[in-house]
Amino acid sequence: MIEFHLETRSGVPTYLQLVQQVRQAVRLGILHPGDQLPTVKEVVEQLTINPNTVLRAYRELDLEGLVEGRRGVGTFIASGQPPVPPNDVKTLRSSLQRWIDRARTAGLDDENMAALFVDTLRPPSISQVA
Amino acid sequence: MNNAAALQATALGKRYGSNWALHNCDLSIPPGSVTALVGPNGAGKTTLLQLAVGLIEPTTGTISVLGHGPRTEPLAVLPRVGFVAQDHPLPRRFTIGETLKLGRELNSSWDDAVADRRIDELGLSRRQRIQTLSGGQQAQVALTLALAKRPQLLLLDEPVASLDPLARREFLTGVLQAVADAGITVVLSSHIVADLERICDRLIILANGRTQIVGTIEEILAGHRLLTGPRTDAGAVARVHQVIRESHTERQTTLLVRANGHVYDACWEMHEVDLEEIVLAYLGMTSAAARVEARAEAAR
Repeated sequence: MIEFHLETRSGVPTYLQLVQQVRQAVRLGILHPGDQLPTVKEVVEQLTINPNTVLRAYRELDLEGLVEGRRGVGTFIASGQPPVPPNDVKTLRSSLQRWIDRARTAGLDDENMAALFVDTLRPPSISQVA
Repeated sequence: MNNAAALQATALGKRYGSNWALHNCDLSIPPGSVTALVGPNGAGKTTLLQLAVGLIEPTTGTISVLGHGPRTEPLAVLPRVGFVAQDHPLPRRFTIGETLKLGRELNSSWDDAVADRRIDELGLSRRQRIQTLSGGQQAQVALTLALAKRPQLLLLDEPVASLDPLARREFLTGVLQAVADAGITVVLSSHIVADLERICDRLIILANGRTQIVGTIEEILAGHRLLTGPRTDAGAVARVHQVIRESHTERQTTLLVRANGHVYDACWEMHEVDLEEIVLAYLGMTSAAARVEARAEAAR
């Protein structure tokens, strides 16, 4: 089971924050196939958010095939979701840590690093201002 | 009648003497949605809610609630609507038990199980008198009365205005749980703009008796942009887009616009705007317009 959190100032729509948190938890192996997501009512109670927003997030995840809703029971992580093997995560994290150390030595602060990372991640055609 | 809008207004207006409390209002609220009615005091929020429950009669236009006119067919409307008036008035000398009994006597669709569960969850006792309760607890009892009639539409007039942040959060959680449980439609008026984005899916901004904007929060966010550029006159932009707010420094001009299609202009840098800023810009626009009017009035 995971607990959702919201960043109200992030500018990311609430439903998308929930979607991203589930995707992230599956990728990192925190949620496994068959695990249940909190019920809509639980999320409403915990975050004081509109239930329609939670439903929308779960619908989106369902369309992606990441979760499956079982009527009257709840929403579960779908089977056949290969999470990143924890070993790979470990290796990747430690090589990223080495990169961060190098960047810090080079004088980059956290914000510079995040900007550089996001910018490199993004395909060049999108980074141009609309 | 399940597909009917929960609330539909067409050219709706209410005039007191020479003053239009609500003017030419068109809106449609789909069932199952949570809508915030936002605006400064005196904007017409209470007038709209009172028209919805038939407490007052429209001067112009029509209003239909769950498919029926609240004045012409009150029996088709009132049993299905929960209404919590501003300052959630309750009989102060009654105990909670007596208050619930009153609710049961007055409402044919009353559900004891709903009332009992809520009072228990709130940790209240039926023997407590209303006047000994905190503001937050009184609001919760008023909400309990409204929910125990199992309404399809819940109307809340400034429900959280007088509550502290924790009580406000708890009250809204109660409302949203009812939405999750029973799929009811909620319309709540508020002059507090914080947190609206997480609570509501639709917004109606009212000012000076007129609807400034009606739509889903997503549409509203997508439709507004903040433009910054070298100091210039807003005229060229205003010919295409609606300028909600403009400000200038010696070298720079900043415009908040309601975009009419895409904004393509190399002169302007474009930014997204958050909901609170959009709402405040609309309210500011109207208060600036009101100040200009007041000055003109004084000069006469």
